[in-house]
Amino acid sequence: MKRAAPVLVVLLALVALWYAASVWMNSTWVYDQAARAGQSPSLMQVIPQTMAQERPLLPPPHQVAARLWEGLAGQAITSKRSLVYHGFVTFRGTMAGFALGIVLGVGLAMAIVRFRVMDMSVMPWAIISQTIPIVAIAPMILVVSNQLGIQGREVPKAIIASYLSFFPVLVSMVKGLRAPDQMQLDLLKTWGASEGQTFRKLRLPASMPYFFASLKVAVAAALVGTIVGELPTGAVEGLGARMLLGSQYGEPLITWAALFASAILAGVLILAVGIVERLAAQRMGVRA
Amino acid sequence: MSGGLVLALALAFWAAAWALNARVAAGPFGRSRAGRIFVPVLFGITLLVLWEGAVHGLGVSAVILPAPSAIAAKFAASTGLLWADFVQTVLKGALSGFVIGTAAAFVTAVIADRVPFLREGLLPVGNFVAALPVVGMAPILVMWFGFGWQSKAAVVVAMVFFPMLINVVAGLATAERMQRDLMATWGASYWQALWKLRLPAAMPFIFNGLKIAASLALIGAIVAEYFGSPVVGMGFRISTAVGVLNIELVWAEIAVAALAGSAFYGLIALIEKAVTFWHPSQRT
Repeated sequence: MKRAAPVLVVLLALVALWYAASVWMNSTWVYDQAARAGQSPSLMQVIPQTMAQERPLLPPPHQVAARLWEGLAGQAITSKRSLVYHGFVTFRGTMAGFALGIVLGVGLAMAIVRFRVMDMSVMPWAIISQTIPIVAIAPMILVVSNQLGIQGREVPKAIIASYLSFFPVLVSMVKGLRAPDQMQLDLLKTWGASEGQTFRKLRLPASMPYFFASLKVAVAAALVGTIVGELPTGAVEGLGARMLLGSQYGEPLITWAALFASAILAGVLILAVGIVERLAAQRMGVRA
Repeated sequence: MSGGLVLALALAFWAAAWALNARVAAGPFGRSRAGRIFVPVLFGITLLVLWEGAVHGLGVSAVILPAPSAIAAKFAASTGLLWADFVQTVLKGALSGFVIGTAAAFVTAVIADRVPFLREGLLPVGNFVAALPVVGMAPILVMWFGFGWQSKAAVVVAMVFFPMLINVVAGLATAERMQRDLMATWGASYWQALWKLRLPAAMPFIFNGLKIAASLALIGAIVAEYFGSPVVGMGFRISTAVGVLNIELVWAEIAVAALAGSAFYGLIALIEKAVTFWHPSQRT
């Protein structure tokens, strides 16, 4: 409780700030309307009108919440208007990219730890790859996969998501697989352990805390990648596509609801990774 | 030359380069500074040769994947266009947003650090927001700030603020109890302790935040252009060039983005090296 109080206060302050900003930003439109009708409304008359506009510049929190609730619970989940449906499309893309990113990251990390030449030649390029803005390549990936006859957007979305999510896994796993110190490695050598055994019984278990720490970053990165893959590329399904739709049709509420749906999705994903981490730690006998 | 021969030559080059790299990495040259640069550079050249060989050897259509030489030719032929896009997107959009966003985050972090209540409230919120796909704000911000570079800068500010904030707050907390006590016994004021002890101690974290912000800044500036821009800018050029299948130009823009991103990141890393020379990770 003692730790929750400051967080609650900050959140409340943010909501208050949001309300103030929405009154300020939306009032222009109200004054405009009033001026056309030849009236000059007082501030007390303006405020209620800024709270319930059809197309507000900045929708106040309760409007976004209502729209979000309608999108989540007010539709059949197979409906094209349901945020659960679009959220699931994005979730599927995120998971595909996340899985691909883990495989790529762990595989590269294993090779880098095992072979010095891999470490020297691949590692610098892995770092450089992250300084290249993926969004520049996103439309390219779509065109190429279209030309190669891959239908739909699942594959390109997964590639973009994995491009962002493999890197944290790679960096942490390299660190984790190198975590055992010389003494421990020497001990296994005196026991006559083969390289595979050393890997399975020492390096891999030692890397697990690093691995799970990186997963939380990687899953968030995969979600960002998936949404980027849906945003500028004319996708019709997914939370990113909803954001785009809202902006194209001048319906800010759709965009805001999709934005918060993606925030909820991010929270759920990070929470889920945390639970998996706790379960794995229990199974491996780590004391909390 | 026939396609098969070109491909075979490229593969042979790859094998030879890899063998050379393996030898260098195992030998004493690989431990020297020059060797540490030589190996990745040769690897990068190998990738380009393989790419070129695969495109010519397998007869890949230029619409799918142009050869590096074709991209380089396009790059050289349209430097004026690329420069204008670079100025619009990187210098006006990304850089101004980066400066405003990181500076605002820095000031907020120093204030939050002064008020423990604020810090305990802001840190969990910041940690969560930093993991969110803030890039989705782009359509909204473009609607607010118009099609010019201001909206791109706004997207960048929104993207870099929280990652930078949590890094600076964490950095300001790294100075140890003992060191703070020492400052107190010397009668240092809050500002003196901040300036002489806690900011220098926070530098590795601050630079970590700046590095993250640097790659986010370019992403934000380019994505925002997909939602509306004047007829100049890297994001605009990429989306229109893809539309007319001018793929070489797209790759030339990607090359500009890659160069700009790497240069930006490298510059920050260089400054970091000069500022945090005392940190264990910088000692070799």
